[in-house]
Amino acid sequence: MIGDYTIGEFTSILAMQGFAGLILFSVFVLMALGLAIIFGQMGVINMAHGEFMILGAYVTYFCSQFFSAYLPGLFSIYFFIAMALAFCASFGLGILVEWGMIRFLYKRPLDTLLATWGLSLILQQFYRSVFGAREVGVTLPEWMLGAVNLTDIIEIPINGLFVMGLTIIITVAVYLIMFRSGWGKQVRAVMQNRVMAGAVGINTKMVDRITFGLGCGIAGIAGSAFTMIGSTGPTAGQLYIVDTFLVVVFGGAASLLGTIASAFTISQAQSTMEFFMSGSMAKVLTLLTVVGILMLRPQGLFTLNIRR
Amino acid sequence: MTDDWTSGPRRFGTRRAVLAGMAALPLMMAAAGPVAAEGPPTAEINTTGLAVTDDTVTVGILHSVTGTMAISETGSVQAEKLAIDQINASGGVLGRKIEFIQEDGASDWPTFAEKAKKLLVQDKVAAVFGCWTSASRKAVLPVFEQYNGMLYYPTFYEGLEESPNVIYTGQEATQQIIAGIDWVAKTKGAKTFYLLGSDYIWPRTSNKIARKHIEKLGLEVVGEEYYPLGHTQFNSVINKIKLKKPDVIYAIVVGGSNVAFYKQLKAAGIDMTKESPLLLTISVTEDEILGIGGENIVGAYASMKYFQSLDNDNNKAFVEAFKAMWGKDIVIGDVTQAAYLGPWLWKAAVEKAGSFDIDKIKVASPGIELTTAPEGYVRIHENHHLWSKTRIGRAKTDGQYELIYETKDLMEPNPFPEGYQ
Repeated sequence: MIGDYTIGEFTSILAMQGFAGLILFSVFVLMALGLAIIFGQMGVINMAHGEFMILGAYVTYFCSQFFSAYLPGLFSIYFFIAMALAFCASFGLGILVEWGMIRFLYKRPLDTLLATWGLSLILQQFYRSVFGAREVGVTLPEWMLGAVNLTDIIEIPINGLFVMGLTIIITVAVYLIMFRSGWGKQVRAVMQNRVMAGAVGINTKMVDRITFGLGCGIAGIAGSAFTMIGSTGPTAGQLYIVDTFLVVVFGGAASLLGTIASAFTISQAQSTMEFFMSGSMAKVLTLLTVVGILMLRPQGLFTLNIRR
Repeated sequence: MTDDWTSGPRRFGTRRAVLAGMAALPLMMAAAGPVAAEGPPTAEINTTGLAVTDDTVTVGILHSVTGTMAISETGSVQAEKLAIDQINASGGVLGRKIEFIQEDGASDWPTFAEKAKKLLVQDKVAAVFGCWTSASRKAVLPVFEQYNGMLYYPTFYEGLEESPNVIYTGQEATQQIIAGIDWVAKTKGAKTFYLLGSDYIWPRTSNKIARKHIEKLGLEVVGEEYYPLGHTQFNSVINKIKLKKPDVIYAIVVGGSNVAFYKQLKAAGIDMTKESPLLLTISVTEDEILGIGGENIVGAYASMKYFQSLDNDNNKAFVEAFKAMWGKDIVIGDVTQAAYLGPWLWKAAVEKAGSFDIDKIKVASPGIELTTAPEGYVRIHENHHLWSKTRIGRAKTDGQYELIYETKDLMEPNPFPEGYQ
């Protein structure tokens, strides 16, 4: 007996709590990846990241409506199509925003902060005017609801498993694109030395545009996936933005590995503390710890060693 | 001429406005002549320079239609506009048609205060229907008291407030909570409770009352927790709940967190239709279910005063009119109905007082009854809150509540409950 619980209960809870932490970790990685690419590779602080996610969520919502009305036979797999479309929509909007706004602001990082914040407000009001101020409910296919029962107490949420799987796939894909493809090489070259990269014939403007679009597109996929676990409304993006920035800044801006490590640290710390104390208190302690570590290591957990 | 009348007070302030009004009276009578308004002459029923003319009276609507709170406040705006429309169609108030000026609080509390001041000082509105969060109400309260305005506030809230300048048309905490806990203890034999809420004044005050009442009944609170507004990850607390095995999860989660909480509860294998544990909430109306999805909350119980599914003639007419005005897919929650009561209660008070003057409405308001309310019969208490029944509903897959229980008598509003603070 441990406290009031039997050994069996205790181990089950330990297992489930570990799993809760892993789900939180996947959620953090998924929402931070897009931002990390944009922030890390381009130095642009995209305050409208949450709104790109919500665009993905709305696309998913409309897919669910469309499929249940016109293609009910395919409803059980609509979510995959929705995610692909969510990526396309956010990617497209990202390209448009880069072309119309960001490219004029590359040398003025603080201005991009303000401009993208303004963009986030504009997008929120746009969603509100077009889709309505109320939250919408995304209907999920039956197989994505509920939990897998391993034992009486251990129940693993299916949507959690789904998010974990998706996170792994997206992370691997991003890794392959950034570190194993020719285009990724170009991106890294531009990041390390923009002038030199231009001189050897890399179209730096196009690289910037696609990078920004890719980051936004991943945000769209994340938003699509989060309809399973959270709300879809004009301002729902704001729910994620603070945690997203926390993960990226703590991880070290220019490092994907850092983002993953930081997501892991923060999620495990938070979910463990939430178990032993109240949610608000856990959040306060998490933030305090992060602030403390950033005071000692202002560059974040990981940094790239680049000769400047 | 009408312009002279309304601009007078702006320049001279209240006391002179009375004189100006009196001076203008003979002129006005002459001008109005044979086409005089059906109601009594303006100077008699408006001695304080409000925006009342011979055939119109102007009121204010003050809600957030932009920003985070727009999700919740949209329904209230719609209900208030419907009520105003219906009152106008039935002849207006004291023979005057209601016109409204709508201001946007933009989910920002200082903006609410600023707009309230604008409505009262510049527009001289005869009443304001508005606010939703307690924070916005607290922000405008000094403005209404200083400039002597009348606010009709629709949301269920934590109590601990009573102002002569506010009529609270939603339930205060004890009305909503005590009957619900009594019911769950008696009918469902619940012994242990897990209290959960978003971290701000309403859930905390409400849970304080709930805890006191639970302990008074000799039952046990096995956990009490708060999560920041906008929190989206509830897996840890769900594990804790599973470990503690309470009979009742008492949930006061709000906003975007709400959706996350119920989706994750469902995903974690807690099937609320099995009622072990049973979930009782005071924060999820039909409006919220729209975002949560009926399949994620089916089986949960809610304790509040109004459900769209209430089966009475008043409500049927109300739901029909609401859908005719705002679309057939719209849903109506507790607060929306409470907002709908505002203009009607104000009309009744004006007619009882025979005047638009704020001081006379304040005196006339207590004791006013409404037999036409969608929720049934309501009456204004001395403390400016409403006597109302408390009802328990059970959520269905289609996003509606099914009425399970209602209190036999009206619950007395008690914003300063002794022994619960």
